[in-house]
Amino acid sequence: MTVLAAASGDATIVFIELGAVALALALLARVAGRLGITAIPFYLVAGLAVGRGGIAPLDVSADFISLAAEIGVLLLLLTLGLEYTAEELRHGLRSGAVPGLVDAIVNFTPGFAAGLLLGWDATAAVLLGGVCWVSSSGVVAKVLHDLDRMGNRETPAVLNLLVIEDLAMAAYLPVVAALVAGRGAGATAITVAVALVAVAAILTVAIRLGHRLSAALAGGSDEALLLAVFGLTLLVGGLAQRVQVSAAIGAFLVGLALSGPVQARAGALVGPLRDLFAATFFLFFSFQIEPASLVGVLGPAAVLAAVTAGGKLVSGRVAARRIGVGTRGGLRAGTALIARGEFSIVIASLGAARVHGDQLIAIAAAYVLLTAIAGPLAAKYADHGSPLRHASPGRRNAPVRQPF
Amino acid sequence: MPDVSEVRLPGVGVRHEYTTASGDRVGVLTHRGGRREILVYDRDDPDRCKAVLHLSADDTFTLAELLGAPQLSEAVSSLQRIEGLAIDWIGIGANVAGSTIGEKALRSRTGASIVAVVRGDTTSAGPGPEYLFAAGDVAVAVGTPEGLDQLRRLLGT
Repeated sequence: MTVLAAASGDATIVFIELGAVALALALLARVAGRLGITAIPFYLVAGLAVGRGGIAPLDVSADFISLAAEIGVLLLLLTLGLEYTAEELRHGLRSGAVPGLVDAIVNFTPGFAAGLLLGWDATAAVLLGGVCWVSSSGVVAKVLHDLDRMGNRETPAVLNLLVIEDLAMAAYLPVVAALVAGRGAGATAITVAVALVAVAAILTVAIRLGHRLSAALAGGSDEALLLAVFGLTLLVGGLAQRVQVSAAIGAFLVGLALSGPVQARAGALVGPLRDLFAATFFLFFSFQIEPASLVGVLGPAAVLAAVTAGGKLVSGRVAARRIGVGTRGGLRAGTALIARGEFSIVIASLGAARVHGDQLIAIAAAYVLLTAIAGPLAAKYADHGSPLRHASPGRRNAPVRQPF
Repeated sequence: MPDVSEVRLPGVGVRHEYTTASGDRVGVLTHRGGRREILVYDRDDPDRCKAVLHLSADDTFTLAELLGAPQLSEAVSSLQRIEGLAIDWIGIGANVAGSTIGEKALRSRTGASIVAVVRGDTTSAGPGPEYLFAAGDVAVAVGTPEGLDQLRRLLGT
């Protein structure tokens, strides 16, 4: 009886804390929507407020939030995998290898170099390189949609680059997970090899046999499908983690394996669940950061953001040019890609427990805050700033000042 | 017919585009869920759209009917010579009477088009999506043989 009473007393506090936090996040999501930008930076700031050294630290619900955050990562990656069909992946690999390589070099290198300059070990520097490498699929898609650029010619170049980056993550995350686990050089090499073979195997199975899995799940109610997909994601994620492949990649591959009508239905069903848990994930990430330490890393983060924004301009330009898009289209593609988000946070959180982990997650948070806010603005300006743009066919070639 | 090019947009859908006789580049972006965007490209910067029209699946159907139906009825007379196309007369079942062509989304579901409806002595050529079926109507439809079979099942006789 005593146990039950104590538990219910704790539960009451957890309810109150979680309820207040969720309401605060709801308010922030509305503000972000009103401003027309992604809510990720707001969630990160909210996490600072309720975390260590924040203005209203939570204690009782911290454990629950940390578990929910882990589930949030899995659902984020699951829905990312659900976005693509096997055919799109094959096509993306064939046509996007060169821009993908350029993108990796010009964006990973500055982050990696910055890590070394800050005096970190190689693993932490590799993590920071990854943080800088990958654009946020979520934010980029939202930017293209909001600016009505889905039909533009440069858009396939942008989307293909996102596909390549996401696929590259399927190799990168297991490798860094093995590096982070950090045993001897020989053991690490074996772990990396096992992880890569496992990913290749699961990816092949997902692409080849995904339609069987989809057919097996197709029957039954929405409720049954939601539970099946959720269960499968956690199960595969957990098993992947067991063999040192990151759980996130397991979830991503589950998303890839689903195809056809089941893919669309699962996407619609998991979407709301993803939003709930992903918000918790971003909150929890900055939860672990001392607000004071953020001030110290603002300088390096800003420099890194500026350099890698340039990197994305290069990637965008190269990718756009390969499909015959001109300079202005290339600029639109590059600016659209500047925003970093979910993947950068996922990568940084892998290194949270390491020697320079505190610094790493602080820089990653500041970096994502800066790029996720500046990126969409730059993308908007890339078109508005174009001097040849005209308002109506009647005023052809007349330069028009665009309201901003 | 001008060359229509197709571009796949991973995670979004597929885009088709072509150049009109007057030299405008026009495209249709079909999202996975069936939502579409009609795109008109800018002549100064051919990579961006100067106009985008967002259409729901229903809007698309209405527009397609408006654009397509009159031409189809004109083409009916020469249909017999086109390979893979068939024309058929389909009696309307009592369970379909009282619903409109648009509600049933026949064209998007079967690919076949109703080009005319015969009611008693009168014939409505190129009926719009708002056309209300009555029992005893006979629909004249054009499509692939498979499409017409599906249509016959949907119209319920």
